[in-house]
Amino acid sequence: MTGLPGAAVAAALLLILGGALAALIAAAPPDLAAIAADSYLHHVLLFTSLQAGLSCLLSVLLAIPVARALARRGSFTGRTLLLRLFGLPMVMPAIVTVFAMVALYGESGWLHWLMANAGLSTGGFLYGLSGILIAHIFFNMPFAARAFLAALEAVPGESWRLASQLGMNGRQIFRLIEWPALKGSLGSVAALVFMLCFASFAITLTLGGGPRWASLEAAIYQALRYDFDLGRAAVLALLQLAISGALLLGLHRFVLPAPVALGLGRPIARPDMAGQGGLALDAIVIALAALYVGLPVVSVIIAGATGSLVGVLTAPATWQAAGIGVAVALSAMLLATFGALLMIAGSGRLSRSGPFQFIASLPLAASPLALGAGLFVLLTRFGGTLEMGLGLVALINGLMGMPYIVRVVAPAFRDSAERHDRLCASLGIAGWNRWRLIDGPLLRRPIGLAMALVAALSLGDLGAIALFGTPNTTTLPLLIYQQLAAYHLDAAAATALLLVALTFGCFVLIERLVGGPAHG
Amino acid sequence: MVSSPKVDSPAPDPIMLTMSSVTFRYEEMTMSFDLQVAAGECLAIIGPSGAGKSTLLSLIAGFERPESGRILIDGRDMAGVIPARRPVTSLFQEHNLFAHLSLADNVGLGLDPGLALSTPQRAAVAEALAQVGLSGLEARKPGQLSGGERQRAALARSLVRNKPLLLLDEPFAALGPAQRREMLDLVNRLARARGFTILFVSHQPEDARHAAGRTIFIEAGRIQADGPTAALFDSPGGALAAYLGRD
Repeated sequence: MTGLPGAAVAAALLLILGGALAALIAAAPPDLAAIAADSYLHHVLLFTSLQAGLSCLLSVLLAIPVARALARRGSFTGRTLLLRLFGLPMVMPAIVTVFAMVALYGESGWLHWLMANAGLSTGGFLYGLSGILIAHIFFNMPFAARAFLAALEAVPGESWRLASQLGMNGRQIFRLIEWPALKGSLGSVAALVFMLCFASFAITLTLGGGPRWASLEAAIYQALRYDFDLGRAAVLALLQLAISGALLLGLHRFVLPAPVALGLGRPIARPDMAGQGGLALDAIVIALAALYVGLPVVSVIIAGATGSLVGVLTAPATWQAAGIGVAVALSAMLLATFGALLMIAGSGRLSRSGPFQFIASLPLAASPLALGAGLFVLLTRFGGTLEMGLGLVALINGLMGMPYIVRVVAPAFRDSAERHDRLCASLGIAGWNRWRLIDGPLLRRPIGLAMALVAALSLGDLGAIALFGTPNTTTLPLLIYQQLAAYHLDAAAATALLLVALTFGCFVLIERLVGGPAHG
Repeated sequence: MVSSPKVDSPAPDPIMLTMSSVTFRYEEMTMSFDLQVAAGECLAIIGPSGAGKSTLLSLIAGFERPESGRILIDGRDMAGVIPARRPVTSLFQEHNLFAHLSLADNVGLGLDPGLALSTPQRAAVAEALAQVGLSGLEARKPGQLSGGERQRAALARSLVRNKPLLLLDEPFAALGPAQRREMLDLVNRLARARGFTILFVSHQPEDARHAAGRTIFIEAGRIQADGPTAALFDSPGGALAAYLGRD
């Protein structure tokens, strides 16, 4: 396979990213001194960093004891289910999470009701920094806990036997075994969580509840769609790109949440498991974490089932939005998959991480709103209308999905290349035959997983569609946002449930269709 | 600490290890072991993969619990005794050292798992490293050493631990024949000086011939043959002959 198609895709990708960047620079006001003195910008930048830093710190700090408790208790009823539950927030649409937070912690939510009945006056704590943190922890703590658990489970069995033989206590085990194992993934997990929270849009927009608590992404949206201030939007978007880009470059080996396979092997006897106190503590930690992640999920299902489900399901607008969402998601998925695969194939055999793979990872430094703002400027400059925006929404989601495909598929591709290159060369298996007989069957599973992930992320995306959506071109996340903004909570509940079902259904269907039936 | 071993029984050849009707079930296989090893003996354990050689050592070290039967070490019943309280040191095939700790710390763990070492204890660590031929390498990390040197460091830890029963689960399997023999000689020399008893698992019959006075052959969870090494290999019977590839 030659690298030519891969090079073409890479060039197109660079052209789009470069074009968006150039459009932003051209649209930004030339007076740098005025920008630097703008107190609104200072405030937005400070608050975005503050909420991202706190979200990251809390998510990681809470994830460590959770992962430790799960690692210590290698086999209890429901452990597998709990780990699946922990994988859910990653593919749960952000706007659905917002609804779950409202249904659980909001003024008419369960928890609020429970606390009020218990005589605890809580006041409203959901809107503002605390609400943003609660939602971000819901998103990121389970992801971090899974990553840390994988690191702890990678500790060789001999280390635990040594710990038993040398008579280490819990503190010594943490210092000598667990902390060194966690340290390796701590940096990359924390950096990723920080980046995700820094670029958070749906949560900061809705739970921030106003300009006081606006993140950069929300501020870009407000500047473009409410104030029609292209110059300010451009400055904000450039800031977002610069900071994410710097973060991305600062990390040597950037780790995306490649879905980790968590071991179900024989539980290893650890010397620090036997005590009654430790058992009780682990049980409490695991139960609290399960409630924290599980309650929002349950509240979405219950609120949806008891909401105005019939009204929402019989409304033509619902199905129009669902149809548009699916069409956009499938386009984004195909774009991301073929683009990323061509780039992987073009560079994979040349070096361990070829230049094309680096280019395919570049969209990580962008965000839907910052990239969208650039394309928005281009669109308006060339006289396009918002109705043409759906194509751009698919393009943005496709570009944002490419790094995920690369992250999931490239290692498997490299393995296959290392293992089979010589054998294939000696047998004369090349080109289409090689793909059909060797690489295809081996890469089918990771490709299916990556495609399902990209489709799910696109289905749940609010950022790009919020920029380009119109009354006639809406998707389900945008519909939920509008319902929440209008306080139609019953309708939002039903739509959220529909979106979750659709996302989950698409994920499973695509994974099975492309990746083949689940084995084992 | 390093100079005199604690094993000081006046009686000739006291029994160091007794396993009587020790059974253990792993998946489909039920294993059953009866074994006696005298103090100071060097016993080789050979047999095909999956026969239960490592399980035998795990039962002695306390990593696995027998379903029934008794294990006595140095006259003490080991039922309910946690691994840290058993007079045993294990050397595994790999991962004997923590990669992020220096050699001195890795050896020092054998004296205090919290690594709060006194000056005499630090001196003992340095002396143990010298005895295995790694003097002056205290500050090195395991990653900077060869495979053979890493196992030497693990051996140094067993010296400072000074437990009378040493269990080697193929720690030298990745080394070449000459180096393997050299390591076995080193283990034998150091162990003899302290009166340690050695059990070692090997896939190489010539290693058993070289280092062990007595050999047992394990297959399908049972000890199928047991005797002086030379006699066993010179006229092997039944299953052992088949394992060795002789008619």
